Amino acid sequence: MAKNTIQYVTAPKVDENRKKYCRFKKNGIKYIDYKDASFLLKFVNDQGKVLPRRLTGTSLKFQRKVAQAVKRSRHIGLMPYVTDSLK
Amino acid sequence: MQQYETVIILTPLLSEEALKEVLTKFAKLMTDNGAEIVHEDNWGLRKLAYPIQKKTTGYYHLTEFRAPGEFINKLEVEYRRDERIMRFLTISLDKHALAYSEKKRSGAFNKKKESKTEEVAK
Repeated sequence: MAKNTIQYVTAPKVDENRKKYCRFKKNGIKYIDYKDASFLLKFVNDQGKVLPRRLTGTSLKFQRKVAQAVKRSRHIGLMPYVTDSLK
Repeated sequence: MQQYETVIILTPLLSEEALKEVLTKFAKLMTDNGAEIVHEDNWGLRKLAYPIQKKTTGYYHLTEFRAPGEFINKLEVEYRRDERIMRFLTISLDKHALAYSEKKRSGAFNKKKESKTEEVAK
């Protein structure tokens, strides 16, 4: 009987290997506007730092555009350089 | 003639007509030097994410214009000279940016926003 009840030693990380995709390629977004901060907040962690590609899954081309847009919006005061609880 | 977009932040301490005077001064400077203003937009007083020159709010103004390349340097020197301007950012628009600003102006994006609010309203 014990055979068919499988106990996992560690919790099965099912969603871990979910295929990450670049949302810009998928939705066909071509230009990342540095002026709408609400969109850029998705690519920034709660300290205001730009999230790495391995977490967001964006392609290199768009990651550079996102980083540049975030830096521009920081320059014109729409987004903070550093903060403690952004979201 | 490249297309450029510049965002300027003015100090909030300005009176109404001083504000207008700054905006018309730069609009005139642009048209005098052969630049052609495509679109102007002011976002009014907005809270800054961090204090600039000890002030926490600023008056934002966005201008999209088409201009010869050499004019940009002159424009930025004028921006630096004028103390009422706390900060400015001038960028050139590539073809994707142009398409984006046209679409934004024509209100293509508002539909998406409206549809979101409709769902909430239902």
